[in-house]
Amino acid sequence: MRGLWKFTWVELKLFLREPMGAFFTLIFPMMMLLCFGSIYGNKPSPHFGGFGLVDIAVPGYSAMVICMSGMFLLTIRIASYREQGVLRRLRPTPLRPHAVLAAQVLALFGMTALGMTALLVTGKLLYHMRVVGDPLSVAAALTLSTLSFLALGFVLAGIVPTTRTALATVMALFYPMIFLSGATIPREDLPATIRRVSQFFPLTHVVNLLRGIWIGDPWGRHLPEVGVLVGMIVVGVAITAKTFRWE
Amino acid sequence: MVALPVVSVERLRKTYGPVIAVDEVSFEVQEGEIFGMVGPNGAGKTTTIECMEGLRRPDSGRVAVLGLDPDRNGNALRPRIGAQLQTSALPERMRVWEALDLFASFYRRSADWNVLLERLGLAEKRSAFFSKLSGGQKQRLFIGLALVNDPEVVFLDELTTGLDPQARRAIWDLVREVRGNGKTVFLTTHFMEEAERLCDRVAVMERGRIVALDTPANLIDSIGAETRIAFTAEGTFEPGWLEKLPTVTGIDSMDDRHVVRGTSDRVIVDVVNALSVKGVRFRDLRTEQPTLEDVFLKLTGRQMRD
Repeated sequence: MRGLWKFTWVELKLFLREPMGAFFTLIFPMMMLLCFGSIYGNKPSPHFGGFGLVDIAVPGYSAMVICMSGMFLLTIRIASYREQGVLRRLRPTPLRPHAVLAAQVLALFGMTALGMTALLVTGKLLYHMRVVGDPLSVAAALTLSTLSFLALGFVLAGIVPTTRTALATVMALFYPMIFLSGATIPREDLPATIRRVSQFFPLTHVVNLLRGIWIGDPWGRHLPEVGVLVGMIVVGVAITAKTFRWE
Repeated sequence: MVALPVVSVERLRKTYGPVIAVDEVSFEVQEGEIFGMVGPNGAGKTTTIECMEGLRRPDSGRVAVLGLDPDRNGNALRPRIGAQLQTSALPERMRVWEALDLFASFYRRSADWNVLLERLGLAEKRSAFFSKLSGGQKQRLFIGLALVNDPEVVFLDELTTGLDPQARRAIWDLVREVRGNGKTVFLTTHFMEEAERLCDRVAVMERGRIVALDTPANLIDSIGAETRIAFTAEGTFEPGWLEKLPTVTGIDSMDDRHVVRGTSDRVIVDVVNALSVKGVRFRDLRTEQPTLEDVFLKLTGRQMRD
């Protein structure tokens, strides 16, 4: 694994230097939180089961960060590295292909963690956000969600032929998902039809799991979501092993 | 006593669909040699070098680099070789120093990349993004990355494409220095001058086959091209007697400008000596010797494309 940590560190720096990546994972979720937090505050409301808007918005925005880094950044990164010949340049070095992929996973975990930390700290300091669930369960739910979206990203990266098609594909998936899954607009405010349709979006299951664990639900109440996300990881890894191309 | 070759390729064959890229190619590269491969585009040079780097799996034949099969023993081989690829890139926003530092971290043993940065004339570009480098600077950085692990064998695919004449000469010096440290260099090139001046031996490739392989001097001798020596004589001068010199094969004269032809470069010394002995005064002496370019054109029968 010689070189893995340095590669991970360099990749993390590269993600931060990419204006779009840094904006959507770090700045945009914070802007959302500050905008809606200052409009609605965080007063407990029966509409959200006794929680305030910020309490249920932060797990939603965290889901958006996960979607952004797992599906969006990873897909674009792999597609452009392949198209430009970066992956090719790494091949005659001792760094093995699985280390190249592992570095992406670790660096994107880093990006996700940065984005979520910013949300948590702001939520706590400005809006006295409540996290009822125990920290270990919350961390486990975030990790499971992140892995499931990284798996989705690898599958897409194996399918899309070029960076341009990668961008179009992830945009087409990203925008409906973040608005209709409950990640940005709470599911309580979505019409029933949309809520039924959004069951087909992977992100909906991330939002539901994170929101539930956040407010202290037992894991037993979220087995369907856990099943979907674990399934995404298993199927994603299997498909990636078959379809992934270096050139 | 013959040392084991550093690279040994036997009957290498590689096809892409109906196209035979490399057709039963065999050669050996000895330790401490600068071995060059020239040929028109599509002749199979890059496929050959990629089979040696372990980037492609041969259809048949045997490739051994440092005694290892690049395809099967890649993990043992990769730490010991350096490679500069014809088409590759680095992430746009990776800085020059980061690239060298990162690639150095892949190896147990690595050269001091700060020295490389200096030698490649990239010290000022140390903190520049890869995307902000000129073509020549990118090429020099890639050569640096190929040398960052102090490799035993270096593969350079079109090492000076895109470089200006000064940078090209600096790279030649660097390659000679690498060889001077006991390393072996395998390179492909488009520039005949580069092959002639830099390589100990040159293989000429054409349509997937090696059509000639020897030292540049022997290759040039082998085509029996003429050496010409031209001069302008002062005063009255009748050149006919020069034809009696054994190395001279013919003379063409126009007014007082004379062109003497001969079979080897001995003719230059012979003619100049003879003129001095006879006290003939001359000016504007020019010599024209056959080059590897002539060999190339004769063997491949066409101009290089692009």
